[in-house]
Amino acid sequence: MNAQPETGIGASVRRREDFRFLTGRGNYTDDINRPGQLHAWIVRSPHAHATIEAIDKAPALAVPGVVAVFTGADMVKAGVGSLPCGWLINSRDGSPMIEPPHIPLSPERVRHVGDQVAVVIAETREQARDGAEQLVVTYGELPAIISMTEAIKPGAPLIWDQAPQNSCYDWEFGDRAGVEAAFKGAHHVARLELVNNRLVPNAMEPRAAIGDFDRGTGEYTLYTTSQNPHVIRLLMGAYVLNIPESKLRVVAPDVGGGFGSKIFHYAEEAIVTWAAGKLHKPVKWTADRSESFMSDAHGRDHVTVVELALDKDGKFLALHEKTLANMGAYLSTFSTCIPTILHSTLLAGVYTTPVIYAEVRAVFTNTVPVDAYRGAGRPETTFLLERIVDIAADEMGIDPVELRRRNFIPKDAFPYQTPVALQYDSGDYFTTLEMATKAADYAGFEARRAEAARRGKYRGIGVSSYIEACGIAPSQVVGALGGRAGLYESAEVRVHPTGSVTVFTGTHSHGQGHETTFAQLVSDLLQVPMESVEIVHGDTNKVAFGMGTYGSRSLAVGGMAIMKAVEKVVNKGKKIAAHLLEASEADIEYKDGKFQVAGTDKAKAFGEIALTAYVPHNYPMETLEPGLDESAFYDPKNFTFPSGTHICEVEVDPDTGVTEIVNFVAADDFGRIINPMIVDGQVHGGIAQGIGQALLEGCIYDQQSGQLLTGSYMDYCMPRADDLVSFKVETHNVPAVDNALGVKGCGEAGAIGSPPAVINAIVDALSSLGVRHVEMPATPHRLWQIINEKRAAKAA
Amino acid sequence: MYNFEYHKPASVADAAALIGKAEDGKLMAGGMTLLPTLKQRLAQPSDLIDLGGLADLVGIKREGNAVVIGAMTTHGAVAASAEVKQAIPGLAQLASWIGDPAVRNRGTLGGSICNNDPAADYPGAVVALGATVTTNQRTIAGEDFFTGMFETALEEGEIVQSVSFPIPEKATYEKFRNPASRYAIVGAFVAKGPNGVRVAITGAGPTVFRWKEAEAALAANFSPSAIEGLKHPADGLNGDIHASAEYRAHLVGVMTKRAVAAAG
Repeated sequence: MNAQPETGIGASVRRREDFRFLTGRGNYTDDINRPGQLHAWIVRSPHAHATIEAIDKAPALAVPGVVAVFTGADMVKAGVGSLPCGWLINSRDGSPMIEPPHIPLSPERVRHVGDQVAVVIAETREQARDGAEQLVVTYGELPAIISMTEAIKPGAPLIWDQAPQNSCYDWEFGDRAGVEAAFKGAHHVARLELVNNRLVPNAMEPRAAIGDFDRGTGEYTLYTTSQNPHVIRLLMGAYVLNIPESKLRVVAPDVGGGFGSKIFHYAEEAIVTWAAGKLHKPVKWTADRSESFMSDAHGRDHVTVVELALDKDGKFLALHEKTLANMGAYLSTFSTCIPTILHSTLLAGVYTTPVIYAEVRAVFTNTVPVDAYRGAGRPETTFLLERIVDIAADEMGIDPVELRRRNFIPKDAFPYQTPVALQYDSGDYFTTLEMATKAADYAGFEARRAEAARRGKYRGIGVSSYIEACGIAPSQVVGALGGRAGLYESAEVRVHPTGSVTVFTGTHSHGQGHETTFAQLVSDLLQVPMESVEIVHGDTNKVAFGMGTYGSRSLAVGGMAIMKAVEKVVNKGKKIAAHLLEASEADIEYKDGKFQVAGTDKAKAFGEIALTAYVPHNYPMETLEPGLDESAFYDPKNFTFPSGTHICEVEVDPDTGVTEIVNFVAADDFGRIINPMIVDGQVHGGIAQGIGQALLEGCIYDQQSGQLLTGSYMDYCMPRADDLVSFKVETHNVPAVDNALGVKGCGEAGAIGSPPAVINAIVDALSSLGVRHVEMPATPHRLWQIINEKRAAKAA
Repeated sequence: MYNFEYHKPASVADAAALIGKAEDGKLMAGGMTLLPTLKQRLAQPSDLIDLGGLADLVGIKREGNAVVIGAMTTHGAVAASAEVKQAIPGLAQLASWIGDPAVRNRGTLGGSICNNDPAADYPGAVVALGATVTTNQRTIAGEDFFTGMFETALEEGEIVQSVSFPIPEKATYEKFRNPASRYAIVGAFVAKGPNGVRVAITGAGPTVFRWKEAEAALAANFSPSAIEGLKHPADGLNGDIHASAEYRAHLVGVMTKRAVAAAG
């Protein structure tokens, strides 16, 4: 390895995809136009909850250019199926979760503002919109249920008749009796109620979809903004539209950010594909930003009570979590596993807590469906853990860093079996904590607090030590936990006759820089120049199969599949070389781009072997097929476990409630790193999003009407450069044990580790006022109110 | 966007004639509010009269003890103007804080005051500096120009041509931004000059208003300490998901104090 240090593993190679993105030469779904294409406008519900009494299509059909109008009733009549949910969760009584139907256009009833009611298809987008305005939909308004605590009250109006108390499932996990016993004998119990705020993903590129139908072949094509085109092909083909994979191509070209929101199979994908088949013409839909706000799956939205039991020395004895998790009005593709399997299995955190018990109730509300969003369940875990650890530290008078250190899983304890199913393969939490405290000058903080106080500012410092599970996931484990899919990855390494290489990966890049990282990986493993390696993804007609990109899995799972395929190429090359060099295959070694007879100077270059494979005049034809094109599927042995410590320092202005982040430090363990610059970029972006959740972003619905109050950037606050500080990021990388590359994953860590660091810092800043907790987002308004109340209470 | 007739008149008189004739016409200055409104189909004018061709309405000049700014002068031009920076630095500062560079290069003084968004910045300067608005029909005292939320004293067909800002002794602007939109939740423009001390508040109420208690206190003693204990009542102020009326009332005090402190 490391044959090309300037481009190989460990080199900060500039992202090769950036030139086309930065010069406007990317090819996004909305850039694609098919001959004869029509345009769709989705008519969306203005009500949070209503029956559809009647739809009069005639005025819409009379609008110039309008070609067709379809409703939910049309879809039901045509036998269109329900958008499926990919993960079965059983309630504590053994009963399966309630899975309501989700027809792409809602027949009979709408269940959130923005719910799809009808589609108007016209020759131009503006005509389709004109038609949509003329469509007459008569609604019968029903009471809306927005708050989860209201939704579960007996007698609350039901969103789904089959889901009493609007409950999807009532799940439990862990050792209830053990936790109860430990709490009884505990020296101290820390308890906190908290909210993990609902977020709107806001990928830069709004979702778009084009359905196409070839009357000659009967083949459908869907161009879509997806993180996983093969998954969409499987779900839409098999469950919704009944199209065999052999007749359905899904293309996810350049995609401008996803953050999880483009994992799921959305109604619009099925609508345009189905309509293209009906109309025998391509049908295009592109969301405007307002539609994105009310139709992209949202993230987070938990209401939690967490309790931590400690002994007199501050050792954690037991942890109990009780959570309400918002599902929204329908079950999005992976919604059900986010607050359970991807959440409660991380409750040990980086600590030796011996017994843990979680209760999670998933609740239907008249809101947009909630699903995975950068971190997906793990930010929620990290937030409740790192908040309760700080609460316990404060209540027991132990420094928060010291309390963490006392409870860390020791360095020599790996592999470490947690009480919540996961087995951590490697890690070193002490070193990243030391690095972060040093970089943040944690020891010198009190002097800075005093100096800030002289300027009338409250200064605080907050620590968050996180762990997460990436590289999802071993298929058999997934299956045992209710997952309805395998989570392996595939790769094909196609060596061309003249030695250039095309790599087909089942992962998908939508900002992560795979075209660079994977090219570096293959260049290094195959010992060929990076320039001769092309990475292809995002088209089911090119890539054999794939599960896509999410859960920071692409390198740990997809990279391993590539590695396996490269190994097959090298092994076949050795056979060809052995024949050409008249040597035994066992004596051939591959080194520096040459197949060499060990201990001699007899060698064949990689290019010669490639050419021989395709021009097999002198070739062992009896025992070996021509060609040099190998594929591999890789199913991981285990998750990977990135970890680290983030430290945030803030100053709060009591006059305005404004929080300024004055320092932010991250020390992470991502295992082996292929491209440090890309990793830094991922961490920076993740931290920015985490700070967004902590300080700025919050999706707000009107509690009575169910109208989305934060439906545009006028009201939904995204982080901007001047909201942030220049981050100090460093790594201490302990290679993963359970994959041969030793890689762990870095895409979500920033968004997982940072929110509690920010909130812990703000609570620390305001601790002299008696503030114990602050909900996210910690907006100036919220902090001013808290400061005002606490000051008034002190004065009284 | 719905269809409309587009006009680009070459003179104010032509523009006035066009708006007079139109069934439901709209004048467009920089279009920074109107265009997004049209794109979202929230307005359906019969005619759009683009004032972008009226070169006479662009420019900044010193006239005696005033700076006169043409209605079609962009925020960016005001922010960058040496004349404004020298004579009324607080006004240049205000213009430099509006929107983002794209908005500042399209949006205009006239467009801003005629739209009279409660969270706009310019109305604070117009009122606090005692400016005079000149239209194609008359002159209007700045204080009389803003009559309510998105409402002004302009009559049908009346077109703002310029605004004359008397040069003050001191003038500063402080703005507390909405974290999401960056519009003013509270903006305080404080001026000391020929009209005495004036404190004009934007963002907090339905339209710009003067905080006369603070003016009186500052007239006696132009320093932050003069308004230390002074509280603006919350009654009648705006409240929304970003800021309650109480918070806005509090911020009126904070921003005014900061503006006074910055004025030195």
